[in-house]
Amino acid sequence: MSKSALITSLTVSLLVCACGGGGGDSAPVSVPNAQALFVGPGPANNVNLLFTTVEICTPGSASACQSIDHVLVDTGSSGLRILASVVDPSLSLPQQTGASGRPLVECGQFVVGFVWGPVKIADVRIAQELARSTPIQLIADPAFPLVPANCSSMGGTALNTAELIGANGVLGVSMFAQDCGATCEGITSPGVYFECAGSSCQATPASLAQQLQNPVTLFTQNNNGVVIDLPSVAPGGARTVTGSLIFGIGTQGNNAMGSAQVIRVNPTNGVFTTVLNNTSYGNSFIDSGSNALYFGNPGIPACSNPDFFCPGATQILSATLHGTSGSASVNFSVANAEALFSNNPGFFAFSDLAGPNASDTFDWGLPFFFGRKVFIAIAGQDTPAGVGPYVAF
Amino acid sequence: MDGSLRVLPGGKYTVHEIETASGTKIREYVSTGGNIFAVLWDGPVMPDLRQILGNYFERYTAATSAGQAGRRQIEVREPDLVVQARGHMRAFSGKAYLPQALPDGVTPDELR
Repeated sequence: MSKSALITSLTVSLLVCACGGGGGDSAPVSVPNAQALFVGPGPANNVNLLFTTVEICTPGSASACQSIDHVLVDTGSSGLRILASVVDPSLSLPQQTGASGRPLVECGQFVVGFVWGPVKIADVRIAQELARSTPIQLIADPAFPLVPANCSSMGGTALNTAELIGANGVLGVSMFAQDCGATCEGITSPGVYFECAGSSCQATPASLAQQLQNPVTLFTQNNNGVVIDLPSVAPGGARTVTGSLIFGIGTQGNNAMGSAQVIRVNPTNGVFTTVLNNTSYGNSFIDSGSNALYFGNPGIPACSNPDFFCPGATQILSATLHGTSGSASVNFSVANAEALFSNNPGFFAFSDLAGPNASDTFDWGLPFFFGRKVFIAIAGQDTPAGVGPYVAF
Repeated sequence: MDGSLRVLPGGKYTVHEIETASGTKIREYVSTGGNIFAVLWDGPVMPDLRQILGNYFERYTAATSAGQAGRRQIEVREPDLVVQARGHMRAFSGKAYLPQALPDGVTPDELR
């Protein structure tokens, strides 16, 4: 945790400046819209996890606030989720209620498992952007200790500690305004949203407004998407990496699109197609929350730890991303993961780390982001390249 | 399992296609002897794997229990059970099959 002190102090100093402007000028003030990003040591010391710091406040309060470090920046999900154990109870965040007026509790689904906990209302501040009265999730809140069978039936692990999540929370800044969307306006099975009366929780429909919200869409400006700007990482990796999470697309000098190529994605689920060596991966997605490039490729041997690839020599590859419109080629490398780890002890960032996946899936994880400005445009939001959702780089 | 069912008869097996109320599609592969030897899913939310995997569910969950931060896919590969799951909210998909129960001449790759 002590490693986050630098980011925390940056945040505080920016906040001190937030009162600036002055002079009685009614022209819009350009507020700093960039937050520091960090790849490095974390609660579980995983490699290639992208962290930032987020401030949450009691709604409407300028002082009842807490800065949360080591929050995973995830373009593969939407909404802010924080472990209840790291949140100061004195914030007394209001409970979101469901259609029947009872507490709304979520079983957030990740493929490796679920995050169970109540939906609370908080003001969320990142850089100087403020999302007021935002539904967020507190994970593993002891007020709701029992995970319903209709939640755990999705399979996988109860992700209820910083070690299991690899972070103190997850900041979901995907291409969608809600985490679940129209599907959860009806009851799902397994359940995603629940209403709880005491320890009895029933799956419930949740309106779009009741669901977890991508905080970016609730900012008053710079709210049409995000830019993740990370430096390149040399073969062999880097001890740590710093970069920026920039809010807005084409709204400020620091988020101009320039010559970025636009890949428009499936508007309901965000996927597109990747082609590599004549193999087509129809289930492709850009995901800063994945710590490697994960794709099906029986031609590259897996390591003895089958999570990663271990080719005899580094493979230099080129793939083409095809959206519903737009395409772009991407060059990347797959190194021997065991050699990467053993030759570079204490390194946390690797640009050439990859591993196997299902034959139709290409998960462009964090290595894709190194050396790029990646634009994530939110569905329905206008940008200089048209309405989202899309990814551009 | 709730949802609409469509049956696709075939020579070596029958496919039951089920679309749950959540919009997640499930395909059950049933041998001529009536045994389900594979299940695929695809949709916005995870399916009920406890129901789909039955007695294998606890083994699947145990295999997911460590070192999964930063991962959006799971593969369990044991002699009698293979489960591949991947994706994220809005776009989950996966395949589970029993290698020792595949009908003669059926390969895992043709289950799609």
